[in-house]
Amino acid sequence: MNLYSLTAHELNELFKAKRAKPQEAIDSLNSRIEEVEGKVKAYVRVNHRSQIDVKGVPVTITDNICTENLFTECCSKILEGFKPPYDATVIRKLKDAGTTIFDLKTNMDEFAFGSSTENSCFGPTRNPWNTSCVPGGSSGGSAACVAADEAIWALGSDTGGSIRQPASFCGVVGLKPTYGRVSRYGLIAFASSLDQIGPITKDVEDSALLTNIISGFDPMDSTSANIPVPDYTKSLGIDIKGIKIGIPKEYFVQGLDPEVKILAHEAIAKLKSLGADYKEVSLPHTEYAVPVYYIIATAEASSNLARFDGVQYGFRTKGKIQNLIEMYKETRGEGFGEEAKRRIILGTFALSHGYYDAYYLRALKVRTLIKQDFDKVFKEFDCIVTPTSPTTAFKISEKAEDPLEMYLSDIYTISANLAGIPAISIPCGFTKDNLPVGLQILAKPFAEEKLFTVAHAYEQNAGWYKIKPKL
Amino acid sequence: MSYEVVIGLEVHLQLKTRTKAFCGCSTEFGAEPNSQVCPVCLGFPGSLPVFNLTALDYGIKVALALNCTIQEHTKFDRKNYFYPDLPKAYQISQYDLPLSKNGHIDVELKQGPKRVGITRVHMEEDAGKLIHQDDYSCVDYNRTGIPLLEIVSEPDIRSPEEAYQYLVTLKSIIAYLDVSDCDMEKGSLRCDANISLRPAGQIELGTKTELKNLNSFKAVKDALNFEIMRQTQALDGGVKILQETRLWDEKVQQTISMRTKEGAQDYRYFPEPDLPEIKITQEKINEVKSSLPELPHEKMLRFTKEYGLSVYDAGILVYSKADASYAEECMKAYFSKDKKAVANWFNGALLSEANARNSSLSGLKVAAANLIELIGYVDREEISNLTAKVVLTEMIDTKKTAGTIIKEKSLIQISDTGALDKIARQIIEENPKSVADFKTGKNNALMFLVGQVMRKSGGKANPKVVQEVLKGRLTNA
Amino acid sequence: MSIDKKTVEYMAHLARINLGDKELEKLSTQLDSILDFIDTLKKVSIEGVPPTSHALPINNVLREDSLAASLPAEKTFSNAPSRKNNFFTVPKVIE
Repeated sequence: MNLYSLTAHELNELFKAKRAKPQEAIDSLNSRIEEVEGKVKAYVRVNHRSQIDVKGVPVTITDNICTENLFTECCSKILEGFKPPYDATVIRKLKDAGTTIFDLKTNMDEFAFGSSTENSCFGPTRNPWNTSCVPGGSSGGSAACVAADEAIWALGSDTGGSIRQPASFCGVVGLKPTYGRVSRYGLIAFASSLDQIGPITKDVEDSALLTNIISGFDPMDSTSANIPVPDYTKSLGIDIKGIKIGIPKEYFVQGLDPEVKILAHEAIAKLKSLGADYKEVSLPHTEYAVPVYYIIATAEASSNLARFDGVQYGFRTKGKIQNLIEMYKETRGEGFGEEAKRRIILGTFALSHGYYDAYYLRALKVRTLIKQDFDKVFKEFDCIVTPTSPTTAFKISEKAEDPLEMYLSDIYTISANLAGIPAISIPCGFTKDNLPVGLQILAKPFAEEKLFTVAHAYEQNAGWYKIKPKL
Repeated sequence: MSYEVVIGLEVHLQLKTRTKAFCGCSTEFGAEPNSQVCPVCLGFPGSLPVFNLTALDYGIKVALALNCTIQEHTKFDRKNYFYPDLPKAYQISQYDLPLSKNGHIDVELKQGPKRVGITRVHMEEDAGKLIHQDDYSCVDYNRTGIPLLEIVSEPDIRSPEEAYQYLVTLKSIIAYLDVSDCDMEKGSLRCDANISLRPAGQIELGTKTELKNLNSFKAVKDALNFEIMRQTQALDGGVKILQETRLWDEKVQQTISMRTKEGAQDYRYFPEPDLPEIKITQEKINEVKSSLPELPHEKMLRFTKEYGLSVYDAGILVYSKADASYAEECMKAYFSKDKKAVANWFNGALLSEANARNSSLSGLKVAAANLIELIGYVDREEISNLTAKVVLTEMIDTKKTAGTIIKEKSLIQISDTGALDKIARQIIEENPKSVADFKTGKNNALMFLVGQVMRKSGGKANPKVVQEVLKGRLTNA
Repeated sequence: MSIDKKTVEYMAHLARINLGDKELEKLSTQLDSILDFIDTLKKVSIEGVPPTSHALPINNVLREDSLAASLPAEKTFSNAPSRKNNFFTVPKVIE
């Protein structure tokens, strides 16, 4: 048995029974990384290893969550060399819970801008199921390393699907908690009103365990909710008989890959066979989610990323500059990648004089309508089930030159961020090309327990989690 | 041509909370550069703001004291611009839902009271400090994130003197609330002025300039005076006024144009997503309202009513809260119903002592009872006003009571006619020219003779009695 | 056309980002088509709809005015690209 292939709950059992030691788990992961990382490239700066405090189950962190004295660069040249002098709240919680913070950080799209992990200053990550395909993104590195057994479990961040879509592409479990469930303190902001940190795990039980650890009110994050955190593992193994599931018709339209559609329907049928009731519902403003998102997210990002100006940390141009404004422009021009520039400029435009009402304010209003769509459905239904992504993992560089096409790959995941609701992606089968497909379950705010109950029931019955990629 | 001057003032006030607006760093002035900073106020990636509830309470206090309407629902916005003293490249401020709106204060002017409107009072965070060197600039972020209130007046002010009095009144109110040091030298109170001129009678406003770098109330007045002159000359000469920011140069006593930047700034304000909105209940407003002290204007009115003081006298007494309560203590202790004598002492002898010692009135530490004792000696004509001033100086210097000093130096004045008559006779003999002058109707001569008697008596003679005695001798002789 | 090259150039200036000529050209075309797509929002009737800038209805999250530790200088400056004594330094400020 290789320790690296285990889940966190399995590893915990071994530690408790004194059949394995935490250092052995680290060694096992390192040997696995040695073996397959060259093909997957899930981690960044693999040659910069740091001393770590080995305590319990190792947990792997994306490059945009601050870890004291470990590189935290958002896979962007502009944060070159940045080692935060502080830990994110989730890191503190993980340390307090006795886990080991793994010293290597995972690859991602620069500042979480992307759906393929191609927009990283460190180069793309590859999908463990087919290394000519993307792992999804932006937290593609985390999803890929969990799928490739290069990590036991991992954290990622989700602003428009950046946990769920790569989880779906890599055949693992990814949860975006309710907005405010997990502190954002120390998560390098992309879009503050949408960002959430969440777990990427090998199974639903680990997802519940990791959510237990990282959730809760944080006095350092004004937007974190002061609502008690239940023990999510208690939601596992519960009968789903009578649970009411809504199937939104707007998610099963043109653009949905037929194979994905079939697998999603099969999953729904399985849920029915387990006792759930389902009915078609409507989320009429679904088609506006992507445009709303690309205004709100880029507007907030344009402001959040303004601080990267070469003054206090990160990259400053080495070029010849005469004055401050040239330093700003050169530093930011050289330091940001193409997608980051695109989004910052789009967001600047949406907020600028003369365009604010037409773009930003309008988007905020349509956001209200999207939220109301969900409120309405959740009055009657416990959860909503959809495919996580309209397609399976696409080929590397297939969409790289068409940003709009790339944006549309988040079409099913974005609404949950706009509405602030929790959503989980779990594997629901494989296409003929042996690429994993993800099923997304959504619930009302702070109803993560429902997600875990339904996801766990399906997972245990369907058993997809037992199938691993051959690397 | 004659022009009407239109002035509006923007005051930035640092609140004296223990910690910054959005983090727990100290706000203490004068620390080592960059020693009172943390990931939040440095804008390090991943850090988040959490608002200081004392800053909110202070804000509500000031807004209520300025008669503003507190908004039930208020929020923060981001004001985006790049500058090295702004570590996040945005300032957390308030845009369309400020803390409060529509207030006013009453300013006492020589020609009577004037009401100046307050457009809004909003909350924001301070920026850091830049120190410019020859070929680079140094940044200190200690000041970054200190809570500020921006107090914007309506363009109701019509002269530099009114602007000055507005600031004096505003500062007095804020000092009463004890929410800011109000120290322009330390930058805890800062003022920018907007000024435009329009032909008398015209309704439409002229083009305004914004004046910055005003480091004292006097600088505000001087800069406005200069700007009135400059704009008048320009308008008279048919030159258009440019809408621009001008810096006051204290050395040359001129406003100087800051070369106009690329058009208007576009701050791209939008709601701060990191900070939830704030609801302020009527209950909360009532609670703060009931905690407000009596403010200078109310106190002034009460002093005129209760103590029969003139608006002018009362106005001076109430400027500082500590001085006002000291004055009130004295007035209460004063036996006569007419409190004017006390006010005269405060606005006369006591004030000059305070000015000479660079102290406040209450800072002179003359106990109310002691001051009243001193005034009693004067009232009973046991010492002269002149002597009383000398005694006061000594009281402050030695902390002795008036009685002790008067006794020790035997300063009780001579009112005995017989004794004074002796001296008067002598003086008349010694000054025949003055006597002659008096007889030809020169009243000054009498005053001279009184002075001579006073001198001879070692200042102890009662001048009133001296005058009578002299008059009697001179007219009867 | 939703956005032209001049506007993109101005936005890049506001955002303090230098763009090469080719970059500007490409970005303008891309942003134009993205904005055309975003313009589908114009179809939605938003009359009387309030804006949502926070996903959760939380209000009045405030902290006590109590001191917390500041950073020691070695941490404050550990990432500084340019420093002199206890100051961060920047090139000369001229507008």
